[in-house]
Amino acid sequence: MPGLGSGLLVLALATSAYGVAAALYGALSANPAWVTSARRASYAVAALTTGAFLVLELAFLRTDLSFAVVQSHSSTTTPLFYRLSAAWSSQEGSLLLWLWLLSLWTALVLWRTQHRVRDVQPWATAVLLGFATFFSALLVLKVSPFETLSMVPAEGVGLNPLLRYPSMMTHPPMLYAGYTLWAVPFAFAIGALIVRRVDAEWLVLTRRFALGAWLCLGVGILLGARWSYAELGWGGYWAWDPVENASLLPWLTGTAFIHSAMVQEKRGMLKIWNASLILATGTLAVLGTFLVRSGVIQSIHAFTGSDLGWPFLILIVVMIVGSVILVVTRRRLLATEHRLDALLSREAMFLANNVVLVAMAFVVFWGTFFPLISEALTGKEQTLGPTWYGRYITPLALLLVALTAVGPIVPWRKASWKLVRRQLAVVGVVGVVVAVLIALLGAASRPLAFVFLAVSASALATVVLEYARGIRARRTIAGEGPVRGFFSLLRRNRRRYGGYLVHLGMVTLLVGVAASSAFQKTKDVRLKPGETVQLNSGYAVRYERPTASITTQGDAIERISFGAQLTLLRDGERVTGLHPGRDYYPLSSAPATKPLSRYFAGESTSEVAMRTSPVRDVWIAVTPDTTRVLKAVEEGDPKLAAVRDVPRYPELLGSAIGVVAGSYRRTAPAASFRMIVSPMVRWVWIGGGIVLLGSLVCLWPVGEGVRRKDRAKYVAQVAEEVRET
Amino acid sequence: MTIALLILAGLAVVAAVTAPLRGAAEADDAAQSALRRADLEAEKEARYREIRDAELDRETGKVTPDDWRVLDRQLRADAAALLEEIDRIDAEVT
Repeated sequence: MPGLGSGLLVLALATSAYGVAAALYGALSANPAWVTSARRASYAVAALTTGAFLVLELAFLRTDLSFAVVQSHSSTTTPLFYRLSAAWSSQEGSLLLWLWLLSLWTALVLWRTQHRVRDVQPWATAVLLGFATFFSALLVLKVSPFETLSMVPAEGVGLNPLLRYPSMMTHPPMLYAGYTLWAVPFAFAIGALIVRRVDAEWLVLTRRFALGAWLCLGVGILLGARWSYAELGWGGYWAWDPVENASLLPWLTGTAFIHSAMVQEKRGMLKIWNASLILATGTLAVLGTFLVRSGVIQSIHAFTGSDLGWPFLILIVVMIVGSVILVVTRRRLLATEHRLDALLSREAMFLANNVVLVAMAFVVFWGTFFPLISEALTGKEQTLGPTWYGRYITPLALLLVALTAVGPIVPWRKASWKLVRRQLAVVGVVGVVVAVLIALLGAASRPLAFVFLAVSASALATVVLEYARGIRARRTIAGEGPVRGFFSLLRRNRRRYGGYLVHLGMVTLLVGVAASSAFQKTKDVRLKPGETVQLNSGYAVRYERPTASITTQGDAIERISFGAQLTLLRDGERVTGLHPGRDYYPLSSAPATKPLSRYFAGESTSEVAMRTSPVRDVWIAVTPDTTRVLKAVEEGDPKLAAVRDVPRYPELLGSAIGVVAGSYRRTAPAASFRMIVSPMVRWVWIGGGIVLLGSLVCLWPVGEGVRRKDRAKYVAQVAEEVRET
Repeated sequence: MTIALLILAGLAVVAAVTAPLRGAAEADDAAQSALRRADLEAEKEARYREIRDAELDRETGKVTPDDWRVLDRQLRADAAALLEEIDRIDAEVT
């Protein structure tokens, strides 16, 4: 099996390299046969990498410990569900996932566009297969997932326990789907610039891929945030960690691109800007992969120790230099077809939105790379924390929400003040009313959050108003009722009304972020069983008793859990029981002289307990005091090690661990708790769900029925005009 | 077994990828016309979409009837030009 996987990767490398050469030859000699051959090569690469990925997944599924990557990232005790996702927890597996997804999108876009933009397509094919060549070369020459071990061990190291969380099954594939999908508009932009075809055709052709990239990256980021909140035990969902930032960067520039692309499609403006944005987004997507995979993010010194540092750096430099040369040499062609007619116009709003988004991306970029810059310049690493990010990102996000409130109201070209005045007044009044209401609830104590929530209310009102006007228009045009009118809008104008749903979701999400960050209350306490602690909002928590349990997988002990049984009270009344805990996983490489303490020497993870509602979350994590337990297991180690050859050893080990667990329950030591009451966190996830829904509406193709009706309606009128002229 | 599978996969790839090079050359002019027609059809659909959007803008009060008339006329003229171009290509082919 490893031979089959390696062989398929070698074939993929050879085929993609051939595809690059064939596409370039076809483009330069204007020979369509070679271009078709290159396109077919992309289909073959998709098939070959699918085969290679299946071989790897099968190895994980069967826990084939002859594969080095399976041995280091899975084990016989890893549950089946997580064995499937263990492949992409490794560097080798994640790079193979990157290549596989890229090859699928490449084949899909080249198949869909085979009868279009004949001049651009060969160059786009060369760029996309160039990426495939790069990644397959890395997998063949540097970090093969099909390396085998000369001695097959009886057990693997296991999957990092922190990754044993359902959303971690989908978080990395979603991020990688996003990164790889950005390669599609990037490649077509390069092709369009090379052949000097700078109309909006390439934008239209790759629009769905750009939207898909934006959606997948956004969902991936949100799944990561959810994991951080529910699994990491620090109580937040976003820490401005460099790895998080690496995925946020292309998402921010991609958001700007999706908006400004509409300006080019409608008005032939912002061509240089669009080309630069998508080239930057494509490069940031590769940079994101590089940051996570090279180790450079932890320290600049890790770069030289990484197998991937130099190849990635060369690729990124080629992408940047190539992009700059293309944009600079085509700057005259990229000149705008129209000037900005008025500052109060949709174009101007999009431009402002782009400036804000790019400014946010710059802040995130600077904050992410500051540790590396400071280390390179001063030899001392300095990091910038959430306070630094908040200082810049919060006002910029506020501006963005304000633009979301105004932008959709303003029409293209030039707004008539008379027409927009009333609508702006309505959303303004909604903002003021909400401001008064939340001030009465005490929100004015945090001025920035207070303004943010009021402006968000205006933005939400804009969406509602736009739908109301659309539904009214459907009544006038087609005599439809409100419900039918709503669905007609979504069906007929997917991009516009799906986009408004995305706005609704994003503002909802940001409201959740603003409220939960500004009004969150955290308490770190140490409690003994029977003690009660008072939290804010009338909540109190009573520590009833410690708990301990052992989880087995087959015959082996997978983990030992120590926790706390708590009672959540509100105004003295019982609300619910909560059970936070901490799981301890065995260290597979522990020496035989530590048969008991190995169960506490591996990774440990926090199992958070939460009571969630749309109004607020109560979030509790516990750190059990294991001092006495650890002392007891250290004393037990030599005794148990001495009998490890007797036939009843597994039984004795099980009994010893049972005694350890029982002792924790009985001795009932004090435990440390982090308790957080955060308002409106649930709206972060609900907002994310609405964004997903809106994006799917935008992505879904307009039905043939609608198009047929349009054709029937317009074709006769337009043909009449042709005859008249 | 593995080697046999890999040889089979390799042969399949070579056969699929080189097929266009072995086949009869497509008449280049006809292919060009077909591709140009596909681009024009897409542009025409885009114009129809814009005409529909403009109508919605008028109905939702985003543009004044006067502004809409100017825009609508422009979009229809664009669509008419595209239709003419498509007809010309069709006439050349037949």
